[in-house]
Amino acid sequence: MPGVKIVGFLCNWCSYGGADTAGVSRFKQPQDIRIIRVPCSGRVDPLFVVRAFLMGADGVLVSGCHPRDCHYSEGNYYARRRLEMLKRFLPFMGIDGRRFVYTWVSASEGARWQKVVKEFTETIRGLGPLKLFEPEST
Amino acid sequence: MIERIREIAGKILRDANIFIGYERGFDAIHATPLFVRKEEDLKRLIWDPTCVHNLASYLPYMKERCGVLVKGCDSRAIVQYLQEGLIKREDVVIVGVPCRGVVDVKAVMRKTGYRPILNASFRNGRLVLRTDEAEKELVMEEALQGKCRRCLYPTPLLYDHLVSESILSDKDPDSVYADILELEGRTCEDRLSFWKRELSRCIRCYACRNACPMCICRDSCIAETREPKWVTQRSNLQEKFMFHMIHALHLAGRCVECGECERACPMEIPLLTIRRKVNLEMKRLFDYEAGIRPDERPPMYTFKVEEESIRDPEI
Repeated sequence: MPGVKIVGFLCNWCSYGGADTAGVSRFKQPQDIRIIRVPCSGRVDPLFVVRAFLMGADGVLVSGCHPRDCHYSEGNYYARRRLEMLKRFLPFMGIDGRRFVYTWVSASEGARWQKVVKEFTETIRGLGPLKLFEPEST
Repeated sequence: MIERIREIAGKILRDANIFIGYERGFDAIHATPLFVRKEEDLKRLIWDPTCVHNLASYLPYMKERCGVLVKGCDSRAIVQYLQEGLIKREDVVIVGVPCRGVVDVKAVMRKTGYRPILNASFRNGRLVLRTDEAEKELVMEEALQGKCRRCLYPTPLLYDHLVSESILSDKDPDSVYADILELEGRTCEDRLSFWKRELSRCIRCYACRNACPMCICRDSCIAETREPKWVTQRSNLQEKFMFHMIHALHLAGRCVECGECERACPMEIPLLTIRRKVNLEMKRLFDYEAGIRPDERPPMYTFKVEEESIRDPEI
């Protein structure tokens, strides 16, 4: 299976820890995801996601602390509103909504992280590479 | 009606230094903003369906108290400024003018073969134009801007003076997003090729941004900053998409649909369609419409611990 490019924005306090837990626990997971650590899911500007897609990502995953569990109390609440809006906006511009997922994984949920990565990677592999533009269109 | 506007503007000038209104532009179909500072300039003021500009856009940059003439759509920009704390209510005297729609100047010029328009008169729902070559009559409905054909707020929502009797909208609020629903009904590939076709015309002149009342970043706009560098100088579709996604997303829950972006666009890209999609989602998600009540908070500036309309993530 040729690799797809997936970008993951993970919050430092929960989801990055969760991914680490999955690694330490030796949970097998697909390796198509490139993880970018951000201080909080509230740091994720919806435009990060847009930029990732326009620069060739086939899927983008944002993961933060569960609601009520944000390290900064309320960052993920703002993130939830922004990302939900983005999720509804992307398909309108022609980017399949299934290619963008935001979710919540805590630092202890190594198994849940494994499940998230597996499911999302499978979805993106199923959809295949996102060919938005011809190479070097002008 | 213009006499009444001049009279109110004259009164405002007694305790404010500036009144912002419209005057005749270089031909009969163009109006241009007029900053009245002296009483003798009051007679230059005009009001008719050529008064297309959103004069509220000047307010965040005014250094002194001023009066301003606004249509229904423009008044929503003022309400939005107040919500975001960009202007103070006491710094502005709002003269509201109930409006039956303004002309789509580009469409009218196309219909008259781009000849100089010497005279334009608006009577009984018809627009009679005299160019240097011929006379042409248009039904007003055809000459109106798209936003006016969908207008739900013909009467300003916030004003100190109202120059004539208020007008109620005859549009059905459920039907104004019909074109967005139609686009939503198409396939994703179809929409992608639609936007590729439309946005490929973009020359990135940023006129839409410059005309937008809610684009208040001015020189700090991220479309032009080098650090961070969001958009490159390459002239390809990716960058065009990027710029328009920036503009649309920065307007989420803020766009008042005044249509200045689309009016300013030299390439006639349906920019308002992008913004109205976001607005429709704001309505679906948060039951929110920008620029309606000054004491509301834009949805992206706040949150609820339990969001009734946002479902839990699917994974």
